[in-house]
Amino acid sequence: MTNNPGPSGSMASNSGPTSPGDPGLSTSLLSLRGISKNFGAVQAVENINLDIPPGQVTALMGDNGAGKSVLIKTISGIWAPSSGQMFWKGQEVHIHTPRDSEHLGIATVYQDLALCDNLDIVQNMFLGHEKTKVGLLDEIKMELTTKQTLADLSVSTVKSVRQLVGSLSGGQRQAIAVARAVMRDSQLVIMDEPTAALGVSQTAQVLSLIKRLAERGIAVLVISHNLNDVFQVADRAAVMYLGSLVSSGPISNYDTSSAVELITTGESSRVPPTVVAS
Amino acid sequence: MGQVRKLWRGDSGMVPIVLGLAILVVYFQVRNSVFLSAGNVTNLFVQATVFILLGMAEIWLLLLGDIDLSVGYTMGVGAAITVILVDHQFHWPWYAAFAVTLLATTGIATLQGLIVIFFRLPSFIVTLAGLLFWEGMLINLVDHQGIGGSISNENKVLYNLVNGNFTTLFTWIFMVVVVLFMAQSMVRADQRRRASGLVTRARMVLVFKIGALAVAGIVLALLFNANRGTFIVLQGMPYAIPIDFAVLAAGSVILTKTKAGRYIYAIGGNSEAARRSGINVNRYRLLAFALTGLTTGIASLLYASRLGGISDNIDSSLVLYAVASAVIGGTSLFGGRGKMIHAVIGGIVIATIYNGMALISIGPATQYMAIALVLLAAVTIDSIARRGSTTN
Repeated sequence: MTNNPGPSGSMASNSGPTSPGDPGLSTSLLSLRGISKNFGAVQAVENINLDIPPGQVTALMGDNGAGKSVLIKTISGIWAPSSGQMFWKGQEVHIHTPRDSEHLGIATVYQDLALCDNLDIVQNMFLGHEKTKVGLLDEIKMELTTKQTLADLSVSTVKSVRQLVGSLSGGQRQAIAVARAVMRDSQLVIMDEPTAALGVSQTAQVLSLIKRLAERGIAVLVISHNLNDVFQVADRAAVMYLGSLVSSGPISNYDTSSAVELITTGESSRVPPTVVAS
Repeated sequence: MGQVRKLWRGDSGMVPIVLGLAILVVYFQVRNSVFLSAGNVTNLFVQATVFILLGMAEIWLLLLGDIDLSVGYTMGVGAAITVILVDHQFHWPWYAAFAVTLLATTGIATLQGLIVIFFRLPSFIVTLAGLLFWEGMLINLVDHQGIGGSISNENKVLYNLVNGNFTTLFTWIFMVVVVLFMAQSMVRADQRRRASGLVTRARMVLVFKIGALAVAGIVLALLFNANRGTFIVLQGMPYAIPIDFAVLAAGSVILTKTKAGRYIYAIGGNSEAARRSGINVNRYRLLAFALTGLTTGIASLLYASRLGGISDNIDSSLVLYAVASAVIGGTSLFGGRGKMIHAVIGGIVIATIYNGMALISIGPATQYMAIALVLLAAVTIDSIARRGSTTN
């Protein structure tokens, strides 16, 4: 996090605020143009241009402090951007609160998952969106919908949907958080380090869950440190370095070593600097 | 074996404390056969009323992980307001005085809630200040209006809240209606789950529950309807019992069947998760404070009735009994876990210890220590249960 845009500064600046006929806007679900966020004098992210297409998994990579978390929190409305524009299906939108992003169809699955351990799976799935009948909670409807959603996503490892979430494993919790997003008809699911704390088989379960989301036409933006995971599920990659987006494009443009180079130095001799809006 | 382990881990919630209560009851009955007489048990329920209501008041905030240390003196102020308003000087009708009392206690708690929320202060400190402030207010009110540090009540309705009894016929009707209503709603809930193809418990469990409910209803009706007077006939259910019951029912419905209740649990469990789910956390925290105040107001009516007025020197440990009732029953101090029924069980346990120990001539010094040990046992069970709970 620095005022210095770094070695990538020249690349990022070649697409300022959008111009009419910007091709990225028509094909993307969400497009960021020149998004910056600063906290006082600290520039956390600067001039980000990124297109997120529907039905694809976009991996957002970067070292600690590269600004990944700030960027997704800006998209999900935790913090309003200091400057820049956001386009949802080609229309400019202003996201100021988590509710704003949720209304658009953006769901964020945070690292700490934002689940209530003292509530059961059904209660967590519908938290803040309970179904009611004559003013009282309609538990049967909520339980049926929960079971259906988990079945659709082939989440079969939970014994009972009336289990407390506090008793679930890391992978199961991740699955519940994702299922909650899917159940609310989210079109973009943002996941922050979904496999960070998971074992091998649970990681595999979560990765296949991510693929299933994309197959359903949902756009997925995954933050990950784990390059194995990224190359396994991602269709596109975006790399951040010191608050700037230094590279983005189809995953086939990258391999492990070029990705590592971009993450650690902000540039790579072998990857053409693809900037989305250009 | 699985059952035993479940019980130990706290899945069955109240089983340990109900067992403990049973042991206490057997012990006191063996030491003094008056203990389980109709007169004494009825008296015990009436003794428990204030603990139960204050415990239920406290549960709204304990569920959030907050606390209200001022409920004892808020109740005192409420009682003073009622007694003063129905007094010969003001002559307010009882319903107007009761309504103003409930408004006042709700207002007091809401004000404290606003301070907690807007200045982001711990409820512990704000309500500790409240404890001192409302004690001062109580002394002020009573000394200004009364003689010699107390005001006595002469209003018949207020007197009857605790001391009046229903007819034996109404007592039976009340018990039958309550048991039938609860049985019917349990059966309907079970049928609806069955019809939707959801997992249900074995039918036997339902039959057993309804059977236990019916037995409890019959035993209570027989108990309340037995003649407990020595010179005159004294029988029927005290008015205080259905009041407790109504607050318990209303509180339980709000907590388990409404969005507001769900959000109170969610905020107590993980307030950041609640916020990110789009819940207006501060609104529901304030609501919980208001509900604490309202429940405290109901307690203050019964307290004034039981005391026969109000004194400027009320028991300063009332708030501790409020918290103790809730926690002994099984409500967590750390938020997110608890039920209204816990205050009922806890209140009865505390009243049982007082009542039983007085009967076998054990002085207040030992009574305090006994309640302390029960409280300690209850929080230990709470802590163990928190480590291993898997279902609601």
